[in-house]
Amino acid sequence: MTIKELRAKFITGEYTPVDALNDTLSNIKENEDIHAFLELFSAALDQAKAATERFKTEGEKAPLLCGIPLAIKNNILIQGERTTAASKILENYHATYDATIIKKLREAGAVLVGGTNLDEFAMGSSTENSAFGPTKNPLDSSRVPGGSSGGSAAAVAMGAVPAAIGTDTGGSIRQPASFCGLVGFKPTYGAVSRFGLIAMGSSFDQAGPLTNSVADAELLHNTMAGTDAMDSTTITPDTYPEVIIKDKYRIGIPRDFLKEGIDADVMELFEKNIQDLIEAGHEVVNIELPLFAKGLAAYYISMPAEVSSNLARYDGIRFGTKVEGDDLLGDYLNSRAEGLGAEVKRRILLGTYVLSAGYYDAYYGKSEALRDMMREELKDTFKDVDLVMTPTTPTPAFKFGSQEDLLAMYVQDIFTVPVNLTGVPAISLPAGMVQRDGKDLPVGVQYIAPHAGDARLFDFGKKIYDSKL
Amino acid sequence: MDKAQIQHLGTLARIKLTDNEVEKLATEISSVLDYVGAIDEVVKSGELKKEVGPVYNIFRTDEITNTPGEYTEALLKEAPDKEGRFVKVKKILNTDE
Repeated sequence: MTIKELRAKFITGEYTPVDALNDTLSNIKENEDIHAFLELFSAALDQAKAATERFKTEGEKAPLLCGIPLAIKNNILIQGERTTAASKILENYHATYDATIIKKLREAGAVLVGGTNLDEFAMGSSTENSAFGPTKNPLDSSRVPGGSSGGSAAAVAMGAVPAAIGTDTGGSIRQPASFCGLVGFKPTYGAVSRFGLIAMGSSFDQAGPLTNSVADAELLHNTMAGTDAMDSTTITPDTYPEVIIKDKYRIGIPRDFLKEGIDADVMELFEKNIQDLIEAGHEVVNIELPLFAKGLAAYYISMPAEVSSNLARYDGIRFGTKVEGDDLLGDYLNSRAEGLGAEVKRRILLGTYVLSAGYYDAYYGKSEALRDMMREELKDTFKDVDLVMTPTTPTPAFKFGSQEDLLAMYVQDIFTVPVNLTGVPAISLPAGMVQRDGKDLPVGVQYIAPHAGDARLFDFGKKIYDSKL
Repeated sequence: MDKAQIQHLGTLARIKLTDNEVEKLATEISSVLDYVGAIDEVVKSGELKKEVGPVYNIFRTDEITNTPGEYTEALLKEAPDKEGRFVKVKKILNTDE
């Protein structure tokens, strides 16, 4: 079910927002073992009732998201609602204000159904790092839904909601979209306000949609996007040169980057997608992006550096979980020891190390320099091609507990991380199915556009994906 | 990365670590640092630019947008330890150190 299909029914009145919410809630109940949601918001019923009334009086003039049930990743603040970021340290934290994107979704009439599960503080690629237990992949419950926006992806894939909101710091929207057969969109850095997002890596984080169609992703993105006085990193229409919409696109494949480490079936499907593009009249050429392959190294320097600073606020004093110690320092040490999970501690310590006196130039300085070099490389690339195409992930959804090795898990993000490092927009589209243990598992293909090329990705995605729905 | 270094990082980051955690983290953090060391192949130390990049500060007008006490109750409600209208903390002066 897409947002557009749902809206058409709301307009005729054959199905109301209250009906939709009831169906959403029964679906969530039936799929309790998937564990997509951490919270259900009681205010949703009043929102659905109000939306039902609006359709009676306003009909098709009702705002575009009027009555649409949406699931929201539980690291996005909704006033009065429990927002834990799947961490014990925020177990009883209730947001004291709305994130800017929540304000905008409310204005557009959306019904905010509940908060979805995630890897603690959005750190992970499987939701296995949630302090409240993992989410299962609705397409194969022995496998992960991806992460960190795994709950949001599962909520859409199990049919509870037509769309969900996630956040993407290194692939956390696109990778779960790939694992669950959805469209996942990471906007240009600064296109969407980060005000009210629980911060992980502030120079990477962006919120975006997980949907069943590109048109729905576009609708949600356009609702949430815009300059915001509360986030000084939001961009304006003048920040970047205009990225034009074309009839046919020239698409670059970084072949050197795809030589190893990719599952054979995933690669075969990727090649098939290339053939489909050529048949549709788009031009496909090989390009070189040598620095992209080094992205993961920069990511695991700059991201933990930002994590260590951002998560310093969880001190057990002003809000969140407090575990008493002998003195003030003891309060800090104990609260953070008890409240934070293993992956979060690992990244905080790593970040503390790379920012230590004497190591700054060797790590953080170099990492930020590499990000600049990658931006330059990409700028040159986009002089030649309109879009860059890669698989979204090297493999389909993996089994729970199968990625014991830390670096094997980190390599999940090899294709998505360079996008966040450089701040460009990217979309993951379902590329087809591969078979594993007799089950069909979806995999995604990622398209990357220049800065501020969000609209180009939607145009292209509608042409090659929505047209086949 | 040895255990003493991990303990020191734990203190800097205000996280009390168990012996088990210290042992595990020593291996894990070393392996990640080995991996990210690949950055040396692309960025040579001498090439680091020390100039101001394309990023600059954006300021908004410094004006009060809320009424006094508007958020006090909601914010205080989130504090784990409080007394009246104050967040309670242990004393920070005259400790033994």
